[in-house]
Amino acid sequence: MTQSKDFHIVAETGIHARPATLLVQAASKFTSDVTLSYQGKDVNLKSIMGVMSLGVGQGADVTIKTDGDDEAAAMTAIVEAMETEGLAE
Amino acid sequence: MSNNFKGIAASNGVAIAKAYLLVDPDLSFTKTTITDVTAEQARVDDASKAASADVKIIKSRAEKNLGADEAQVFEAHLMVLSDPEMSGAFNQKIADDKVNAEQAVKEVTDMYIGMFEAMTDNAYMQERAADIRDVTKRILSHLLNVALPNPALIDEEVVLVSKDLTPSDTSQLDRQFVKGILTDLGGRTAHASIMARTLEIPAVVGSEVATQTITAGVTVIVDGLTGDVIVDPDAETLATYQQKAADYLAQRAEWALLKDQQSVSADGKNFVLGANIGSPKDMDAVLENGSEGVGLYRTEFLYMESDHLPTEDEQFEAYKAVVEKMAGKPVTVRTMDIGGDKNLSYWKLPEEENPFLGYRAIRISLDQTEIFRTQLRALLRASAYGNLWIMFPMIATLGEFRAAKKVYLEERAKLEEAGVSMGEIKLGIMIEIPAAAVLADKFAKEVDFFSIGTNDLIGYTMAADRGNDKVAYLYQPYNPSILRLINNVIAAAHNEGKFVAMCGEMAGDPIAVPVLMGMGLDEFSMSAPSVLQTRSLMKKLDTVDMKSLAEKALDAETNEEVIALVEAATK
Repeated sequence: MTQSKDFHIVAETGIHARPATLLVQAASKFTSDVTLSYQGKDVNLKSIMGVMSLGVGQGADVTIKTDGDDEAAAMTAIVEAMETEGLAE
Repeated sequence: MSNNFKGIAASNGVAIAKAYLLVDPDLSFTKTTITDVTAEQARVDDASKAASADVKIIKSRAEKNLGADEAQVFEAHLMVLSDPEMSGAFNQKIADDKVNAEQAVKEVTDMYIGMFEAMTDNAYMQERAADIRDVTKRILSHLLNVALPNPALIDEEVVLVSKDLTPSDTSQLDRQFVKGILTDLGGRTAHASIMARTLEIPAVVGSEVATQTITAGVTVIVDGLTGDVIVDPDAETLATYQQKAADYLAQRAEWALLKDQQSVSADGKNFVLGANIGSPKDMDAVLENGSEGVGLYRTEFLYMESDHLPTEDEQFEAYKAVVEKMAGKPVTVRTMDIGGDKNLSYWKLPEEENPFLGYRAIRISLDQTEIFRTQLRALLRASAYGNLWIMFPMIATLGEFRAAKKVYLEERAKLEEAGVSMGEIKLGIMIEIPAAAVLADKFAKEVDFFSIGTNDLIGYTMAADRGNDKVAYLYQPYNPSILRLINNVIAAAHNEGKFVAMCGEMAGDPIAVPVLMGMGLDEFSMSAPSVLQTRSLMKKLDTVDMKSLAEKALDAETNEEVIALVEAATK
């Protein structure tokens, strides 16, 4: 069962700089596949280059999917990272 | 012995050690077709791992020297190096195109660099392109088995030889290993020179030929007192310089005895010797060298070393740390001096034809008052913890000073209303624009103090960029035109009973100090390691004699004539 969650990005700088690093670090702790989708493009959330290449700005709507053995825990960690960084709502 | 040359003496002392060349190696390669895909993929993997190991060393050095925030960029490099998509792309490229590892790395990273650089509306992403370039060079260096130098990887005593040193290079220097610095470019006021003096590493800059002449590992003598560089010295020369190095250290030890003494002339007149700082981290050197104040706290580093506009609390903590460490001695804080050659990664200032004559310093503060108000509030709050003075940079007109003071008073009133405790604050201006120097008598009626910033004052008066080799000869601190401006400022201030400081390079310059003492300058603020040397010099000089020297210097015709006058008077 894949987990999926939508986020509305509120951070002024969007998902780059520090926030991107933290999201990638959070995702990389898990074995599940973690995907970030934005404007019809999917990237691996464990790839800093992939995440940054999307150029997700303020006001963007993105979807994150986790798929694998620890998918629920991975999603929890990502939601937590989003919240502590004030990235999304 | 034919390989000896001379550069600009930039930081005192004599260094003798093996040369470490900090220059980009040749990372060129040819594209080849390979058959053993697995072996080639393993080469990339090994090179990436070795690159990660390098970056980890560089990162831990940066953490130690600069703190965790500054080391963040290397965390980004590590993430790029372990990026599963990128390593996947390397392997794919090798398997699909049967190309060698070098070619695969180049094609894949070029693709990413191109993608990030195309995001022209996003300065942050464009900087990430530079990160990928750095990382690519490091992987390639391991694939090609050539050393990619980095100051953080030095683990023996060396003289660092490079074209120029960037702030990120100097931040990685370890004083334990880097005994001397030698560069092709730059002058006494270049970043590398200022850092070398702060770290007390002997340095010669602007030698033009160092990186071409010197090969890695050869013994080099760098005489930071004269600018002489000796390559591969014979035994006799070596002995001479070893003696000179020892003599200099002995003199430093003698100066150290003056640490807790006042700064007094031979005839008993007191002066204040202050130090210039860029961050609370510089405070150790300030205290070790017995400074009687901080004459210039350059707050722009708070803005430049951050990835966002520093918040009121972030600034408050930095200012508070400095005033507390000075324990009641005055700390003069210059408000944000961004623009000119100082830029921010996260806030792009408009491109200008003449940035030094453009939108910078107080001009930005008075235009973007929210940024200015944030800084003033942080300063006002910090003033409760010590003796804090504020000065505004790049003031040209009285109107600007009045406008800045008005904003200051508004913020002060708001904080008072909120019951925030604050200290008394002296409010002054930097004198660095000739217009303000000429009109100093009018300014003196309204400000609490002046601080003369000689680097810009000389640049603007002579209309010459000190960083431009072709016109560097115009950087003449002792030219009577400059001395007259300075004298005018000092006299105007004293006429109104106001305090005058100097926070430029000149304040610690042994040629300028006697003349400035004669003019009656109150505070001399300089890089911390120059404080004790200046205190020692002041002890030997009589202000009555220096007054007559100053009069002669003001009546002189040329820079050279003033130097000769000073040398004759201080023999």
